[in-house]
Amino acid sequence: MKNLAAALSGKPWIWSFVAAALVWLATITYTGGQGGGAILSAALSFATFTIIVGLGQMLVITTGPGNVDLSIPATITLSGVVAMKVMDTETSRLLIGVVAALAASFVVGCFNFGLIRLLRIPPIIATLSSSFLVLSTAISYGRGLRIKPPPPLAEFATMRMLGIPVVALFVLLLTIAIAVLLSRTLYGRSVSAVGQNMRAAWLAGFNVDRTRFSTYVLSALLAGVCGIVLSGFSGGAALNMGEEFLLASIAVVVIGGTSVAGGRASVPGIWGAAIFMYLLVTMLNTFGASAVIRLVLTGLIIIVVIVIAGGEKEQR
Amino acid sequence: MTGTVIKLDGAEKSFGAVRALAGVDFSVRPGECVGLVGHNGAGKSTLMNILAGTLQRSAGELSVGGRNIEGTWTASRAQGDGVRCVFQELSLCPNLSVAENVRITHGAIRGMGWKSRAGALIAAKLDEIFPGHGIRPDDEISDLPIGKRQMAEIARAFTVTTEPLRLVILDEPTSSLDAVTAQQLLAFVRQETGRGTSIILISHLLGEILAASDRIVVMKDGKVVAEKPAREFTRDSLVAAMGSEVRHSKTATAKTGKSEAGMAVRVTTAGAIALEARKGEVIGLAGLAGHGQTRMLLQIYGRKNAEVKGAVAFVAGDRQSDGVFNIWSIGHNMSVRSVAALRRLGLIDVKAEQNLQGEWRKRMAIRTDDVNNNILTLSGGNQQKALFARALASDATIILMDDPMRGVDIGTKQEVYDMIRSEAAAGRTFIWYTTEFDELDHCDRTYVFRNQGIVAALDRSELSEERVLQASFAEAVA
Repeated sequence: MKNLAAALSGKPWIWSFVAAALVWLATITYTGGQGGGAILSAALSFATFTIIVGLGQMLVITTGPGNVDLSIPATITLSGVVAMKVMDTETSRLLIGVVAALAASFVVGCFNFGLIRLLRIPPIIATLSSSFLVLSTAISYGRGLRIKPPPPLAEFATMRMLGIPVVALFVLLLTIAIAVLLSRTLYGRSVSAVGQNMRAAWLAGFNVDRTRFSTYVLSALLAGVCGIVLSGFSGGAALNMGEEFLLASIAVVVIGGTSVAGGRASVPGIWGAAIFMYLLVTMLNTFGASAVIRLVLTGLIIIVVIVIAGGEKEQR
Repeated sequence: MTGTVIKLDGAEKSFGAVRALAGVDFSVRPGECVGLVGHNGAGKSTLMNILAGTLQRSAGELSVGGRNIEGTWTASRAQGDGVRCVFQELSLCPNLSVAENVRITHGAIRGMGWKSRAGALIAAKLDEIFPGHGIRPDDEISDLPIGKRQMAEIARAFTVTTEPLRLVILDEPTSSLDAVTAQQLLAFVRQETGRGTSIILISHLLGEILAASDRIVVMKDGKVVAEKPAREFTRDSLVAAMGSEVRHSKTATAKTGKSEAGMAVRVTTAGAIALEARKGEVIGLAGLAGHGQTRMLLQIYGRKNAEVKGAVAFVAGDRQSDGVFNIWSIGHNMSVRSVAALRRLGLIDVKAEQNLQGEWRKRMAIRTDDVNNNILTLSGGNQQKALFARALASDATIILMDDPMRGVDIGTKQEVYDMIRSEAAAGRTFIWYTTEFDELDHCDRTYVFRNQGIVAALDRSELSEERVLQASFAEAVA
């Protein structure tokens, strides 16, 4: 029992998978075992978008207390709008559209870091205010027109292999890349070091500014990727397409077991938490809960999970 | 015999497989100053934590003021019974002022004007212990240099409102204090014991222990190995009791034929005298604490207005705020400065990293059975060794040391001194701020600081404690 507890305390992400499994079991028990596979398949394809931005948010939060990227929703929208408009439904313009959307996201990341570093604005305010600018840019550039994605992009975003969304496999590769980045590169070490103690990280030889810059840019780029794929998935960009990812991107990081105090990221937890969040809503829908009840319960359950998972981490 | 203030019989404490205390009998009488010495990891801090109620003993009897303590001895019970503790890792809240920190331990200060009353209380005590301390009660702790923080914490432990004051535990109290304030503290300790307060003094500076204590207890491997009145010990017999061989650092030989070697560091912005360090030199920075030595190191590290040739590594003295990464393992803390050089195709070579960690665990004799354990499982001195390993294992040719021997035992110090000497002989440059005069003996040249500037440069042949003190205080004399 003690060994089990010790093993679990080193892997806080287990809890998010446990929670996801419990919610799934509750749902299929209610439906009498029907649709379990379909629910999982749907969860995988919807959760992937949250996972993409969750990974970026995780990097930002790991660089220490106070660091958070609230411009993710606006960046998703800007990237989606730019991608759709530049591609203009032409398959031949797909690549240039992707590049343009990522370039726009890159600029957002640089802008965020500029506000934080040069103007010394706290990240929460800096990214929140930049998100207004970014969203306004997206609105004036997109002018509310809904342009369909080129067919190959739509296909990529919705295609399934053996019931598994292709996008989920793509995001799995992305996740593995981020995990390697964190555990095996100098950048990963410096994110963890900066997150624990910025001054000690500087004195240990890390370039603190470069680390924080790369992190905000990476977060913006991942939001950009999310915007492109999401536009392909939902048949075009919409000005409110990023909205739901503000809370979701932060919630999956915290539920997934990443330390809010900084320094310790939990990559697998992002998957468990994103799937859990989707399954939770599915479960409440299945139970026939009204929208109000659904929101209240979602809030309460997130609190409970954070208390359980968070309580395990405080010991040392 | 007037009984005991506090008494432990057969105290034991284990942390997992590590047995920190293996049956310790320990007692303190009223008005007595007990000196406690031993190597890093000998169990001193563990023993003190048990007395202060911040750790629970695994076995053994505890009695306080002659009463046997049943149940849990907590920190608040200890406080109520007049047991105070100044720990090695400073414990003031950095975001609060000095006065506000005083209020934390004194529940009796309440109602209107509490802040000014707390301020008056601490100011009076600071004046008593450290005349001319220069600390204001409304200074925020994070704005104070580590030496002043330590002074504030020590003074706080001796303030009295409604709760009694019977025993104060001072764990390495002088480690961040310069020579003058350390003397002030030791004089106050003698005075305070004269008033009937008991004091437990832990220090690696044996001169302090011999001068201030009535009785000296020597610990080794979780046991008490010697216990005698202080006057029956000498420096050498004390070192022998702790189990290290006696060595005299004075035998250090001056290196020859390196004066033609190249310049490594030159700073000309600190007053009339320029700081210069050549390859293979050990340079000392001396003077009263907080007079610009650490700032000089940071200026060199940041290469601001400083000519620096070569890679630089920094050995922190203030482990908590400048050094240790709390959630990392011992190994990662040691290899962090070297991982950049251990990359192949952009990825850190895990095997090479583990080899480096294992090698330096052995070279520094860090007391752990597994470098993958968390860094905080180590005692303070062993954490410091890991920080030395971090710098020495790296590719840096210039090593900056910010009073790095705080809380390091004498045996380890000797090993580190030897290592510094051999690394300097191999061409590395050391710039070493120290508050311990003896350590300047290891330096080829010493710069004395006053008011953020260099006021004297002393070659080893010119070095004496008088000259250093004279330079530190010249302004007051003139």
